[in-house]
Amino acid sequence: MSSENQKDIDDVTGIDTTGHAWDGIKELNNPLPRWWLWSFYLTIIWGIGYVIAYPAWPVINGATAGVLGYSTRGEVAQDIARFEEANAQISAQLAAADLSTLAENPELQRFATSAGGAVFRNNCSQCHGSGAAGFIGYPNLLDDDWLWGGDFDNIEYTIRHGIRNEEDWDARYSEMTAYDEIFTDEEVDATVQYVRQISGQEHDATLAAAGEELFVNNCAACHGENGNGDYGLGAPNLTDAIWLYGGDVASLEETVRYARFGVMPPWGSRLSEAEIKAVTAYVHQLGGGE
Amino acid sequence: MSDTQNGPAKGFLAKHAILERSPTLLFICSLAVVSVGGLVEIAPLFYLENTIEEVEGVRPYSPLELAGRDIYIREGCYVCHSQMIRPMRDEVERYGHYSLAAESMYDHPHQWGSKRTGPDMARVGGKYSDDWHVDHLIAPRSVVPESIMPGYAYLLDTMVNADHVADLVATHRFVGVPYTDDMIAVAASDTLAQGDPDTDAYDDLLERYPGAQIRNFDGRPGVSEMDALVAYLQMLGTTVDFSTFTPDASR
Repeated sequence: MSSENQKDIDDVTGIDTTGHAWDGIKELNNPLPRWWLWSFYLTIIWGIGYVIAYPAWPVINGATAGVLGYSTRGEVAQDIARFEEANAQISAQLAAADLSTLAENPELQRFATSAGGAVFRNNCSQCHGSGAAGFIGYPNLLDDDWLWGGDFDNIEYTIRHGIRNEEDWDARYSEMTAYDEIFTDEEVDATVQYVRQISGQEHDATLAAAGEELFVNNCAACHGENGNGDYGLGAPNLTDAIWLYGGDVASLEETVRYARFGVMPPWGSRLSEAEIKAVTAYVHQLGGGE
Repeated sequence: MSDTQNGPAKGFLAKHAILERSPTLLFICSLAVVSVGGLVEIAPLFYLENTIEEVEGVRPYSPLELAGRDIYIREGCYVCHSQMIRPMRDEVERYGHYSLAAESMYDHPHQWGSKRTGPDMARVGGKYSDDWHVDHLIAPRSVVPESIMPGYAYLLDTMVNADHVADLVATHRFVGVPYTDDMIAVAASDTLAQGDPDTDAYDDLLERYPGAQIRNFDGRPGVSEMDALVAYLQMLGTTVDFSTFTPDASR
């Protein structure tokens, strides 16, 4: 190695060497590029500034807070508050609104429908479908066939408290009897054929005739003498072509034997008052609102 | 090495030659330098009081939920679903209150994740009915046509082995979850009791695991892996009562 006082200049390039020599190969002592060096110094300065401005060093009970007072939680709360404030007036108006007169206030109606659509897509679409057409076991909300009623009050109640859930004591509740152990096989068949008859489907007339009495004695209490259903009990109308679990013989037989027990969670605890009103208005205007 | 006569600073700097010429020494010294980063960034998290804030309501998983959690991990649900609502407006508006560290305090390992092919699961509990979860796990597209999730119908066919669940609970105590001797002793029977609302263990189970949901989740006889997974999904994010929670901005 060369001495510090005694520069070892490379013959070919005329540049000083570092004094490192390996197997006769020497390392040139080129200076670092200035732009690189200054960038390096700048990052150090930036780092010091950052540590002063933002939460950084761990101390005994927490971390240094930083002079800017930044906090992630504070920022998200602020962000949410900003939008809530922007909507505060119309949200309060909606929360207090009588939905049956919503149509008289086009601005509020527009707000309710679009806000309600957002609530629906986030919370309701997984079961009722993104287009609200439902699936087997999950009601279609586009038609005017309702289980628990389709006016504003009924829709709002259903959304707020849900159906047959365990979380909300005010949830809508009814339970169909499972006839598997009550009816004989023939009686099940007869009832199924009678339901096919009143819903205007192909059926076995002899069995259906026998089923009528069974229906009147067992099913009519909830579904009504004519099978038109009852909103108060969530009993479906059996005389139309709309089926929640299927109107074919196999599905009807399963329904008669084992009953059905559809559950909807309560949303009163998850959604705000304005959101409940909004999604009520949205569902009501989908096509079947009463 | 002929520069030692140039004063102490030069002499000290020149000693790097010793490091450079001994690979073992160089390795040991680099390890020491790199560990400083770890010590400064990680070690304080173990003693800082604000790493985990005290939150009311968080409890260890009930045996059936823990079994469901194991199935969640086994099936790789975490590959597509995260369990952490980030503190950002869009996340909070969609999924609910941002996740708190305390909500994962009994998770071994945690399921936070950062990959979201599917939605976040941190607060999915109570959002849908049991029937929906079962229908959706059997055939996702039967209820969500646009879904690309695979089906897990076979979870219905395998019954949960309650003795294995008891071992699982004991293992979680080993890694620090505060299960009591009593909880471990009845873990096997608790596993089965949570899938049946008509047993005598109902009240005791609720006392051991407040807020646990006791139902036949899949509506079929026996406690299957489907029951366990749905029990787990239905409790996710439900233990903290946010009406009593005041966020501390400095955390």
